[in-house]
Amino acid sequence: MQTAPDLALLLARFQFAFTVGVHIIFPAFSIGLAAYLAVLEGLWLKTGRQVFLDLYRYWIKAFSIVFSMGVVSGLVMSYEFGTNWAVFSRKAGPITGVLLSYEVMTAFFLEAGFLGVMLFGMNKVGRGLHFAATCCVSVGTLISMTWILASNSWMQTPRGYTIDPATGRFMPDDWLAIIFNPSFPFRLVHMGLAAFLSVAFVVGATGAWHMLKARREGVIASEPVRVMFSMAMWMAAIVAPLQILAGDAHGLNTLKYQPVKIAAMEGDWETEGRASELLFGIPNMKTERTDYAVRVPLLGSLILTHSLDGKVPGMKDFPRDQRPPSPVIFFSFRIMVALAMLMALVGFWSLWLRRTSALFTSPVFHRVAVCMAPAGFVALLCGWVTTEVGRQPWTVYGLLRTSESVSPIVLSSMAVTMTAFVVVYVIVFGSGLGILLRLLGRAPEEGEHGASPSHAADVLATHTHPGIAGPIPGEGA
Amino acid sequence: MMDFAHWLPIVWAVILVAAITIYVILDGFDLGIGMLFALERNQGRRDVMINTIAPVWDGNETWMVLGGAVLYGVFPGAYATLLPALYLPIVLMLLALIFRGVSFEFRIMTRGTAREGLWEVGFMAGSGIAAFSQGAILGGVIQGIAVTDGAFTGGALDWLTPFSVLCGLAVMCGYALLGATWLVWRTTDVLEASCRKWAAWLAVGLFVGIVAVSLWTPLLHAPYLRRWTDWPNILFVAPVPVLVVVLGVLLAAGLRRGHSKGPFLCALGWFFLCLSGLGITVWPYAVPPSLTLWDVSSPPSSQFFQLVGTAILLPIILTYTIYSYRVFRGKVTEADGYH
Repeated sequence: MQTAPDLALLLARFQFAFTVGVHIIFPAFSIGLAAYLAVLEGLWLKTGRQVFLDLYRYWIKAFSIVFSMGVVSGLVMSYEFGTNWAVFSRKAGPITGVLLSYEVMTAFFLEAGFLGVMLFGMNKVGRGLHFAATCCVSVGTLISMTWILASNSWMQTPRGYTIDPATGRFMPDDWLAIIFNPSFPFRLVHMGLAAFLSVAFVVGATGAWHMLKARREGVIASEPVRVMFSMAMWMAAIVAPLQILAGDAHGLNTLKYQPVKIAAMEGDWETEGRASELLFGIPNMKTERTDYAVRVPLLGSLILTHSLDGKVPGMKDFPRDQRPPSPVIFFSFRIMVALAMLMALVGFWSLWLRRTSALFTSPVFHRVAVCMAPAGFVALLCGWVTTEVGRQPWTVYGLLRTSESVSPIVLSSMAVTMTAFVVVYVIVFGSGLGILLRLLGRAPEEGEHGASPSHAADVLATHTHPGIAGPIPGEGA
Repeated sequence: MMDFAHWLPIVWAVILVAAITIYVILDGFDLGIGMLFALERNQGRRDVMINTIAPVWDGNETWMVLGGAVLYGVFPGAYATLLPALYLPIVLMLLALIFRGVSFEFRIMTRGTAREGLWEVGFMAGSGIAAFSQGAILGGVIQGIAVTDGAFTGGALDWLTPFSVLCGLAVMCGYALLGATWLVWRTTDVLEASCRKWAAWLAVGLFVGIVAVSLWTPLLHAPYLRRWTDWPNILFVAPVPVLVVVLGVLLAAGLRRGHSKGPFLCALGWFFLCLSGLGITVWPYAVPPSLTLWDVSSPPSSQFFQLVGTAILLPIILTYTIYSYRVFRGKVTEADGYH
């Protein structure tokens, strides 16, 4: 029988996971897209080719939508640490709160300060300054990622602190050790590549969609469409394999510092050398075994230790109350890996098609690329679930339990706000997704308008694509 | 070291109050313009109202994120007590700010469809509810939080009292005044004339609100009253109410005589005085009536590390924020190209 405080804790966790899960998509989108926009504007200034300006103006409209959704969903996060995790905030705030403050001062203000110029200022400040503004926004997104991942990584692999015996607070001793904690560099690279890869597949799918449409209409796809598709496929071909290497390195790092997380990801119960790899199975936390397991001999040791007889940890080596919920991360990890393989395959396929000059003429490949649109973001969310659920049952790994971090909020308040969050997020971000799809459903034109919304509105009013726009959730469609 | 531990929280309290003041003023006129949407039905003029803030609202809201982050890093004890205590109005404010924030883009992107109306309402209601929540949160802090052993132990609706509702309404009125006087400064013709009219009524409303809150606050806790009536405190605090009246007279004159920037500056002055008055009242409590700044602050090593960065970064932030405002300076009309 669960008590009200247990349920309140569960809701506090679910609420935080839901709001941060929705939020994480937008900054990742902004990181990738801002960098893409900076590249496009740079190429335009360098070569003077209209196609780069057209693409810049096409994608900046999507950027303005994505960025504003990131801002409003991020504001929630900066207060939710305190509303939902009061004890965690009180004890870890001297470290994580300071890192968040640095993020605000070095990144958020930079992005916000130059976003206005980037969106609306082309005619007011001139090309050079405008490019500088675009670069500032892009650099801001990268700085932001750096700080928040330093904070997140510190919660995974805490260093550079002492615990005050009187209050239980984490007292910072060495800020460099706190920031450059053991998992930080790996997480930073892995997340950065994930953001670029996610956006590459969205851009690629948009290009592919318009090439399929042009083919249906019996015309040749316009230059901007071909250029965006080609650029996206280069990114896929280069970044997807890199990401697999980065993920492998991150996994080895996790094995060293959080072995029980690896055991739970793999559904392994016994510590063994020459370990097999489970392709499928259903880990059972009660019976301490993984049912319906499909194994590949030796592969487990090979992947995790890069040798055939390396020792791989099992969950039974750790007390029951220190094991993360294996059934969740066993699957989230596998979905992420499978999508990564698929993305790399698409990348290699694009290289092959380029060799035979069929990149722009293969409808099968274009259909695959359209289907892969959400692949990067789904993989990113699965990876995030793996690392965060894998940190359980701790907020600060090994030191502060999640159950001891929670705020004194009563169940009824939690239930009310949880409902409100779900309703509002479905309406707002569902509508945002609809608007985004409608924007991208319109092909880029030569002499594309900028972010001036009056133009965007004209265009949207005359070019609607109900086929992909779909009904807006929350409007009773 | 003892001195260090004593002075750092004071320095940070000043920075935090400055950040909150900047937020209240900057996002105050954004939210005020959102509420004034209810009075202006013409779409072209509504676009002008939005165009005066579209390039800057995001930066304005960032000051609120800074406020939250500073509270979290420097005064974690206050962050961890105030936020659970004010959980419901804070969530209400955040949800309202979500609607307000996305409506800038969404109302334009859905123009000409049935959904445009949804985002116009979202912009108006989001702004109004956010303003009310902020006032109620402020009122909730001033009237006091139930604390045992440094943690919140009160009920979910403790914050909801006639006093906090009054504060909420006063802040709505005040933000609308900031919005109206901002538009007097930044627009022309019909819209400017309407705003002068609205501003006059809103100024009366806010003045009543200021008087009511000022008379009620000292009655909440005995130390509050002593702060304003004890000798020699009274010498230092007496100018505050006097200046409020002086600014009120200047504001009325500026609106009547057609001053462009003057009314906005007077409204800013009112906000500055109100926040100073509240600071004087509540000092040195971070969580009235029990936790002081020193009770809730993080270790000096955290405060110092953050202070170094702030001393370098805040002037840079202010510089490019001012630059960004200057790029979009001047009167905005319906003929303007950017939205």
